[in-house]
Amino acid sequence: MIAVIDYGVGNLFSLCRSLEAIGQEPVVTGDPAVLRQADKLILPGVGAFQDAADKLRASGLDQVIKEEVAKGKPILGICLGMQLLFEESHEFGVWQGLGLIPGKVVTMEGVVPADYKIPHIGWNGLHFPQGVRHPLLGSVEEGECVYFVHSFYATDCDEAVIATTEYGAELTAAVAKGSVMGCQFHPEKSGPVGLGILKTFCEGTW
Amino acid sequence: MITKRIIPCLDVRDGRVVKGVNFEGLNDVSSPIELADYYSRCGADELVFYDITASAEGRALFTEILKETASRVFIPLTVGGGINTLEDFDRVLKCGADKVSVNSGAIRNPDLIREAALRYGSQCVVLSADVKRVDGQFRVFARGGRDDTGMEAIAWIKRCVDLGAGEIVVNSIDTDGVKGGFDLEMLQAVCDVVKVPVIASGGAGKKEDFTELFRTIPGVDAGLAASIFHFGEVAIPDLKADLRKNGILVR
Repeated sequence: MIAVIDYGVGNLFSLCRSLEAIGQEPVVTGDPAVLRQADKLILPGVGAFQDAADKLRASGLDQVIKEEVAKGKPILGICLGMQLLFEESHEFGVWQGLGLIPGKVVTMEGVVPADYKIPHIGWNGLHFPQGVRHPLLGSVEEGECVYFVHSFYATDCDEAVIATTEYGAELTAAVAKGSVMGCQFHPEKSGPVGLGILKTFCEGTW
Repeated sequence: MITKRIIPCLDVRDGRVVKGVNFEGLNDVSSPIELADYYSRCGADELVFYDITASAEGRALFTEILKETASRVFIPLTVGGGINTLEDFDRVLKCGADKVSVNSGAIRNPDLIREAALRYGSQCVVLSADVKRVDGQFRVFARGGRDDTGMEAIAWIKRCVDLGAGEIVVNSIDTDGVKGGFDLEMLQAVCDVVKVPVIASGGAGKKEDFTELFRTIPGVDAGLAASIFHFGEVAIPDLKADLRKNGILVR
């Protein structure tokens, strides 16, 4: 069973429908008991890092996630959910994340050229570092496009980067460290390419 | 590199797509769900659903249709039409919309943009502006292009971005329906003052109009059209092949 972690952040409608479209029966829950029973976890999220991190801590779900991940349970963070996997974010302050992947989340401002629009919104291609394709992206071809909406990105996480995207600078697009995985883009809004990634996560052994 | 987006727009009234649709291979050419699915498979990068229903029944039907579409079509969906309050935002976002476009509702109450951006994030709030030249000035029109608000359009758009609009649809009333190409002058004027994505609307009649748009104004992120896609005058795969051939990056 795939559990979509519900901690009061974002709209889970499309994510759940996309999981159903690939044959899963996702359970949306903030109940620690259900999360502990789940085979895999998905951590969604849109909005502000601080607000989301506070909500995870206030509900105690941060501890549940850390404990389950320590037991080897696979987790996929999406968009802000991916950013929360990191140690800290510098989004309007410095905020602690879950610390499951070394690295931090910083603004694109000053990283991408001044004439590039922020947020980075739209379809952009995925590139594999040194041409090595991680199993999570097994169904993806180099250069295939996925849908991004973000103003901050993960950095100082070279070892975990499994895909980048080019936006006047090389931005982290997907990460993995053992059974902890994350996508900066929205696989549930990225057409067949995105559904393929979700399917690989749900059906794979990590 | 980020790609230019091609966005078909579907006008929906009482649960049906209005304006005739002329496609082979669709069982029900006026079903928004089937049409959305078709466009998504053709390579549309995003879809806009515009609710032109007047009645409460029609509105309820619209949200049902939106829900079903969002359950089958996994690309970004923008919803516009009749968005006047935060409750309207809530209603369509819960049904699977990713972005909500405001037009007359924002003209009546500009604070709607600020409140919606605070609650849902700027990425979710699209300002749609119907603009027409009046006395040598770009003027904002309300109520589907019927009422001249008297407001200068570029200043209005800039104000909406400052309030939190995360994307702008510029619909030129002057070129809309003419099929002689996008309103490049108007689009350039908007791109000169805003740093958020700009979506061009109004005037596309053929593939070449999109090439001209993206070549002439690199600041434009997307091209939106309705009838030329619905009537099959321009097929999205052909359009994308053509853009690619002309060195414009598309998905």
